[in-house]
Amino acid sequence: MKFNSEKIVHYTLLVMAFSAIASLALIAVFMLKEGLPFILKYGLGKFLLGSTWEPQSGLYGIFPMIVASIWVTLGAMLIGAPLGVAGAVFLNEFAPRPAMRIIKPTIELLAGIPSVVFGFLGVMVLAPFIRVHAGGPGLCLLAAAIILGIMVLPTIISISSDAIGAVPNSYREGALALGATRWQSTYMVVLKAARSGIIASIILAMGRAVGETMAVIMVAGNAVKIPHSALDSVRTLTANIALEMGYATGMHRHALFATGVVLFVIIMILNSIASAAMRRKIGKS
Amino acid sequence: MRIPPKITQAIAVTLLGACTALTLAVLVYIIVSVLDQGLPVVNWDFLFTKPRDMGRAGGILPTLVGTVLLPLLALLIALPLGVGTAIYLTEYTRESKATRFIRFGADCLAGVPSIIFGLFGFIFFVVMLGMGWSLLAGGLTLAIMILPTLIRTSEEAIRAVPNAYREVSFSLGATRWETVLKVVLPNALPGIVTGIMLSIGRCIGETAAVIFTAGSSLHMPLSAMDSVRTMSVHFYILAREGISQENAYGTAAVLIISVLTVNLTAYWMMNRFIAQRNK
Repeated sequence: MKFNSEKIVHYTLLVMAFSAIASLALIAVFMLKEGLPFILKYGLGKFLLGSTWEPQSGLYGIFPMIVASIWVTLGAMLIGAPLGVAGAVFLNEFAPRPAMRIIKPTIELLAGIPSVVFGFLGVMVLAPFIRVHAGGPGLCLLAAAIILGIMVLPTIISISSDAIGAVPNSYREGALALGATRWQSTYMVVLKAARSGIIASIILAMGRAVGETMAVIMVAGNAVKIPHSALDSVRTLTANIALEMGYATGMHRHALFATGVVLFVIIMILNSIASAAMRRKIGKS
Repeated sequence: MRIPPKITQAIAVTLLGACTALTLAVLVYIIVSVLDQGLPVVNWDFLFTKPRDMGRAGGILPTLVGTVLLPLLALLIALPLGVGTAIYLTEYTRESKATRFIRFGADCLAGVPSIIFGLFGFIFFVVMLGMGWSLLAGGLTLAIMILPTLIRTSEEAIRAVPNAYREVSFSLGATRWETVLKVVLPNALPGIVTGIMLSIGRCIGETAAVIFTAGSSLHMPLSAMDSVRTMSVHFYILAREGISQENAYGTAAVLIISVLTVNLTAYWMMNRFIAQRNK
């Protein structure tokens, strides 16, 4: 009797354990089911490289959105990565312990600020500032990049900081014993040892930036055109889906799901690179 | 001439410190400025009356209810699955291809952006299963979204329970499942609660996945099949459609306070958990 109930428990748990992978498969299947027939019918090349998005006249080129997503993400990394990595290095290697114990959790706590709040402040504070001081419409690529750059800071700081913290103290002691200053030991030894983890944190942050929707809709301006300067209004892949999903039907809706498929593929590639980098870190230490 | 290492170090540390200070300043500024503009709007009436005129006047009561119900429903669905997965991975199997596959799935799911969850929830729960925009469709979508967090935090919490506890329990003749229920889970509870709080925080702040699955009705939800609007969605609509800046700030203030309270609780639980473990 007892033996049997143990068996039931075992199999129930086994089934539960596949819930995450099953959900992922379900999501992938339904995205493909809704989006792939459209891509095949419309043509992958025309879809990815077409520069006109006019659903009312049957034109579904997402090239401007791809370019916008790339620029916004790169811009965000240009702002977020140096600041975040610098923060992680400072907190781990130079800040006094008590300060570290307060600042790191504070920053991690701030990871919880909802993205709509970031977007809202982008509209209220950042966009007017850009409009006045740099010109243009204010709601633009630059604004989106800055807001996303700030949004990914907690991710970068938290993961980089864990990677730096995982470098064995003997590495630092070895460098210091050879007469290196703390800074020399940090950038010649510690940063080299923690490199994989830091890179992983930046790639994960890229994934978050590419996938972010609501904040970007609010600050990027959403005009469908290939940007020529950082002050141009842009529409990202995510924004395109969220803006038009509410009223899209037929072909148009399938085109939005196809946009989702492109996004899904980009994110999966980025995450695989990040987890490969993380594994290398673990394999080494 | 080479710059002496002591000076490079001074320059580097100053720069790093400045970057850290800037990061903290920006993040703190965001919270302070929202609270500064929003808190004056928040009072008893704002929290506990229904909105009038699309949210231009009146309070946020239905969105408050939505913000409580939706994460609860999501947890109700995801918590057994998440903890079950964690128990299976830690107590019922060895490291193998299968466990790596399960973890890989959870990791991938954790990286899926919320707009994709929204699209999936819309086409699967709302359209195909015919749930319509509803609390249920939103709850199911959010359940999938928080599943990886619950799996990971529960797994860590369960792994941290010392093996000696299990051995004592086995030696008293308990079965594996009895050991899990009576020894492992109670000791892992604070860690699991941390995961629960983090998941609730994520649900409260979510917009993209909610707006396409739970809809944005301003009516009080009466059943699981009714559409609800959460505070995040309400705030997004107020701000984006320029309905009321004042009420948008007010809603944002309540939203931020809720999320920070939930996350602080999670953090506090985690610290207690670690302190207890190290005792």
